[in-house]
Amino acid sequence: MSYRPVPILMARDLTLSFGTLCALESVSLEIYPGEVLAIVGESGSGKTTLLNTLYGVLAPGAGEVRFGENGELDRCVQTLPRQQLRHLHRSAWGYVHQNPRDALRMEITAGGNIVERLMAAGEKHYGTLREKALFWLQKVEIDPKRIDDLPTTFSGGMQQRLQIARTLISHPYLLFMDEPTSGLDVSVQAGLLDLLRNLVSEQRMAVILVTHDLAVARLLAGRIAVMQRGRIIETGVTDQVLDDPQHPYTQLLVSSVLPA
Amino acid sequence: MTIYYNFAYLDEGTKKKIRRTLLKAVAIPGHQIPFASREMPLPYGWGTGGIQVTAAVIGPEDILKVIDQGSDDTTNAVSIRNFFRSTTGVRTTTSTREATLIQTRHRIPETPLHAGQILVYQVPMPEPLFKLEPRVSETIALHAMADYSLMYLKLYDQITRYGRIAIGYEYPVIVHDRYLTSPSPIPAYDVPKMHMSPALQLFGAGREKRLYAIPPYTRVIPLDFTDYPFDPVNTRQPCALCGAVESYKDEIVIDDAGNRQFICSDTDFCEHRR
Repeated sequence: MSYRPVPILMARDLTLSFGTLCALESVSLEIYPGEVLAIVGESGSGKTTLLNTLYGVLAPGAGEVRFGENGELDRCVQTLPRQQLRHLHRSAWGYVHQNPRDALRMEITAGGNIVERLMAAGEKHYGTLREKALFWLQKVEIDPKRIDDLPTTFSGGMQQRLQIARTLISHPYLLFMDEPTSGLDVSVQAGLLDLLRNLVSEQRMAVILVTHDLAVARLLAGRIAVMQRGRIIETGVTDQVLDDPQHPYTQLLVSSVLPA
Repeated sequence: MTIYYNFAYLDEGTKKKIRRTLLKAVAIPGHQIPFASREMPLPYGWGTGGIQVTAAVIGPEDILKVIDQGSDDTTNAVSIRNFFRSTTGVRTTTSTREATLIQTRHRIPETPLHAGQILVYQVPMPEPLFKLEPRVSETIALHAMADYSLMYLKLYDQITRYGRIAIGYEYPVIVHDRYLTSPSPIPAYDVPKMHMSPALQLFGAGREKRLYAIPPYTRVIPLDFTDYPFDPVNTRQPCALCGAVESYKDEIVIDDAGNRQFICSDTDFCEHRR
């Protein structure tokens, strides 16, 4: 008897145009529990558009995204009532933006930012919220003494860590990440990638990671999907795709990485 | 030349429309209903919303009381009372007990209200989430989904900064276990009086063009944390005029040396005790 894992999210033939520009052309993919799938490609290839369509904030012209937790893809992102989609976005799913300022509330302290999802879920005990905030600050390696500081006083890398803590506190089973390390310098990037790798394996999350950086994909992702002009042109195990690219565009992409 | 106004200044069509909106507001306690707010003969922020509500519900048999910050004799209260006396001819009073209709700015009378009375609030900003979420479309969505974590975030932030929920007035409440509602800028001290009140409470925001209502005997629960319960502040100083301890006070500077006196903000309550 062979064990076939069931995907937790599956996209079928997603097509999306912005006017005459075709941003997605019959894109299909699956995400399995606990895996990290990297979507790579050059700027304008449709990576972020795909991510936002999977997440449900962009409506495709054709195709659908189905998902479910219990081994059944019994729900559809496109037909889900707005209230349920919002609930999903605030608990079982998470989204990490490239720019932490898009997600953080800059006028609210770090601790408040971290516990917002818990309050949305109905936690009404201040002491418990403080404990959770301190716990997650330590988890993302921010000095707990900074709990009552505003995010404006944080460095870019710390703001990104704060965004990750704020998102992961609800223990999402599926995380969407859009270039989470792109705005950071190399040493901060390395620290953040290390943290992400540990958190992802510890929390057993599935992750859809959009990045233009093949090194980030190699470090975090088990599988990789290469996009060009709105299509997925090659997909497979990360090392295999990056070490032995089949499609000419993937070969070009891999060969254009500057040697360190 | 004599100018004749319709009873209570507004034309019958407008009053009818406001009454219809009020019925809707009473049917969905705490939910803001848009209405076609009219130009009134006084500036926005001076009570245009409250006046329109009063004009729509007042009848020849009503006895009207108007208070501003608890007082019957400040400019605003006197002007609005005169306005209705001259446009309706109804009897006016300063007695909370005697009044059938009370228009108020920033206070609820100390004397408990009774069944059959109507309390009309003047509301500058009906949307409790307005300072936290500037997009009206988004606040409407948040109300629809009963997602009030933003307000809890504000309370969290206040405890973090000040060690307590430091909201002195316009304290956010949940009406009928559903809608987050602004009680208008009354002191937090007055909020418990709204809970299960036998009187009908109507709220009018003229500039923002919104009406809402709390029907009699409706649950009105202030937002708080289980370990930081709602705890409004009030001075423990007795009133310098009537000696009341429990009433809400104004702190008044009485001379150039900076000496102060606490006196009841509710003038009717204070006078009855003296």
